[in-house]
Amino acid sequence: MRMMKTLLAATALVAVMAGGAYAKTLVYCSPASPEGFDPGPYTGGDTFDAASRTVYSRLVEFEHGKTSVIPGVAESWEVSEDALEYTFKLRPGVKFQTTSFFTPTRDLNADDVIFSFERQWKQDHPWHAYTAGISWEYFNSMSFPDLLKSIEKVDDMTVKFVLNRPDAAFLADLAMDFASILSKEYADQLEAAGTMELMNQQPVGTGPFTFVDYQQDAVIRYQAFADFYAGKQPIDDLIFAITTDASVRAQKLKAGECHIMPYPNPADIADLQADPNLKVDEQEGLNVGYFAYNTQQPPFDKVEVRKALNMAINKQAILDAVYQGAGTAAKNPIPPTMWSYNDAVQDDPYDPEAAKKMLADAGVENLTMKIWAMPVSRPYNPNGRRMAELIQADFAAIGVTAEIVSMEWAEYLAQSSDVKRDGAVLLGWTGDNGDPDNFMAVLLGCDAVGGNNRAQWCNEEFDALIQKAKLTADQAERTKLYEEAQLVFKREAPWATIAHSKVFMPMSQKVSGFVMDPLGIHRFDGVDIAE
Amino acid sequence: MLRYILHRLALVVPTFIGITIVAFSFVRLLPGDPVMLLAGERTMTPERHAQLMEQFGFSRPIVVQYLDFIWSALQGDFGISISTKKAVLDQFLALFPATVELTFCAMAFAVLIGIPAGIFAAIKRGSWFDQLTMGTALVGYSMPIFWWGLLLIIVFSGMLGWTPVSGRIALTYFFKPVTGFMLVDSLISGQSGAFVSAVRHLILPSIVLGTIPLAVIARQTRSAMLEVLGEDYVRTARSKGLSPARVVGLHAFRNALIPVITTIGLQVGLLLAGAILTESIFSWPGIGKWMVDAIGKRDYAVVQGGLLLIALIVMAVNLIVDVLYAVVNPRIRVR
Repeated sequence: MRMMKTLLAATALVAVMAGGAYAKTLVYCSPASPEGFDPGPYTGGDTFDAASRTVYSRLVEFEHGKTSVIPGVAESWEVSEDALEYTFKLRPGVKFQTTSFFTPTRDLNADDVIFSFERQWKQDHPWHAYTAGISWEYFNSMSFPDLLKSIEKVDDMTVKFVLNRPDAAFLADLAMDFASILSKEYADQLEAAGTMELMNQQPVGTGPFTFVDYQQDAVIRYQAFADFYAGKQPIDDLIFAITTDASVRAQKLKAGECHIMPYPNPADIADLQADPNLKVDEQEGLNVGYFAYNTQQPPFDKVEVRKALNMAINKQAILDAVYQGAGTAAKNPIPPTMWSYNDAVQDDPYDPEAAKKMLADAGVENLTMKIWAMPVSRPYNPNGRRMAELIQADFAAIGVTAEIVSMEWAEYLAQSSDVKRDGAVLLGWTGDNGDPDNFMAVLLGCDAVGGNNRAQWCNEEFDALIQKAKLTADQAERTKLYEEAQLVFKREAPWATIAHSKVFMPMSQKVSGFVMDPLGIHRFDGVDIAE
Repeated sequence: MLRYILHRLALVVPTFIGITIVAFSFVRLLPGDPVMLLAGERTMTPERHAQLMEQFGFSRPIVVQYLDFIWSALQGDFGISISTKKAVLDQFLALFPATVELTFCAMAFAVLIGIPAGIFAAIKRGSWFDQLTMGTALVGYSMPIFWWGLLLIIVFSGMLGWTPVSGRIALTYFFKPVTGFMLVDSLISGQSGAFVSAVRHLILPSIVLGTIPLAVIARQTRSAMLEVLGEDYVRTARSKGLSPARVVGLHAFRNALIPVITTIGLQVGLLLAGAILTESIFSWPGIGKWMVDAIGKRDYAVVQGGLLLIALIVMAVNLIVDVLYAVVNPRIRVR
């Protein structure tokens, strides 16, 4: 019987695909397999591209190509005077997708919203541990368990979130992947059938595409969802062809086996740009690569020493050798594409002679130190080892002897967080939600010392500014506070800000409507392909 | 013969125990832990880390974890992947046919070309054919798989457009896997052109994966044949006036086959190792690619369970080879 069912389902799927003989199909060469299709338990961008940005929607969404927040399945919202209560009015008539494994009988309502958050939050919720080895890392790392006081159903189409403290980034957090809205009706069906683990394998949402099939590590297939609340997509079918090697992705794109690919090798970009059938979009990534001193350890507790070392670093040489043209020099801890970026800040000039003198004036002689080189390639730092070697040579020129250390990635992340760590660490950050708080507080706040604050830097003046900004709802007011905080940051120099990388997206000339996203997510709603 | 097989089976037990220890400790010797990698760059608090280590059972004494692993494995439970939350055995069974298909085709390529090439090189010893074959074999043996794969893709897929770049079948074909073997499933699907597409997708990965075994088999066949061709009984056969084809095919080749079969058996283990790289290059959804991803994520259950399953298969293949060996050479089973 089960076999028969599978065969019937397969036949139906084939019929659906065959029916679209002239269907417009977009093939995306995706770089990794999704870990699962429930966005809640994961932190990886490739999983989010495959699950949350295709199948699901959220209460609010990031505006396409921007970091500002616009209505999603919530058509409007109100924030109380004390900024502790957010009341969302849900959009009426939002449909869930009909698939071979689920047929919805009702539209989205408040129960779905409450279910989607409470399962991540409440330990006694039946879905909190619905499959082995599950944990809700994004929900936890965005401090939601402490932030949320309650989520209340006002009526079927109204939900109220009550917070324990004001948080200006809360709305942006709700546009993130972990805040995707799932179907409670589907969850109930799975629970009754005793197959709860399928929630992570066969997703149902209200997003632009309906999940059709996943062949592990090979292909994911979607169909445009005809009843999507914002309208049907221009394409009919969307296919993710999982291709892990960047050079092979480039070859597939050139051969027409896929239409769009992320993360090309820097060495392949010129070749792809020269291909008349292709175009290469580029954008500054929402990231920063930095070099963090341990400001609690002498002599790096002295501002003059940190400033002197910053002035010894030749950023242009790093941009040429490490980023190979795909980067811009950083002067602030937040990228220029983010609101509140303070362009008036003056970067430390590259001046080895002045640096040498500053060190001598600070009474530092024959300084020896460690440079931590990250062992993996990241968009904000494509080659940690090479960058460390260049900085080592720059430091040697002002009489500082540096030793390069490196270790396995997880160990690197753990040990570099230690308050007693020796030397300066190369690392970086890619934004989660487009809010400056996601850089400033997470990477430089006093609360993050011993964690993500690799400079172990706790500056009262800076911290007061970012804390105040966090509690302020008005964006213009927040902008002023963050601009001032960036001046304090530059004056105190807990990091050498190295670079913001550029992100490239090669695609076929036939593709139109693809918008590069500053948050690094790959969205296919609104994308069309010429026949 | 039965005694011989039982003797070989008895050897399997200590090998199995050894493998479980290696598979279990190997991934734990790597620095870092799976919980740390769950959070990525967003480091978690030590309390949260401890809580999750406890939740996933990684904080129990190492011996308890090992015994739990063995006990569960003996009952067919190889654990749950911390990343995909799916049972390791289910994932293995879903992906293994792709690896078998690839290794089988690579081995067929290596044997069908390697053995005849080795025989002719031996017969025409010292000729230009011999020199060329052995020179090519040496180059093939030294070829880094990653470079060789990319080179073939760029030339045959990119420049000439003869073969597809990667994957198992063109994306226009869509059917649910029945056996997991794309060659079979594409035939069952009845979709016209699907089988041809599956064959075209197999060509380059099979050549890449089969190159090293091809070189080894060709060299081994040549040296085994040379040894046998110099034996007295071959000379006797020749002096009896038997045709050269009969001498080589019947008398010499069968005896030369013994070391060649051993080599082929050993190559199966190496092929599975080579499949890891080949699968990564050609986006081939098999166990090799799956294991590489799991090592990166410190997915203990997948690495230890996958290693154990692969080792069991290699052991089974070697056992079969040993038995075949006894069939070909009766002296082994009576000893």
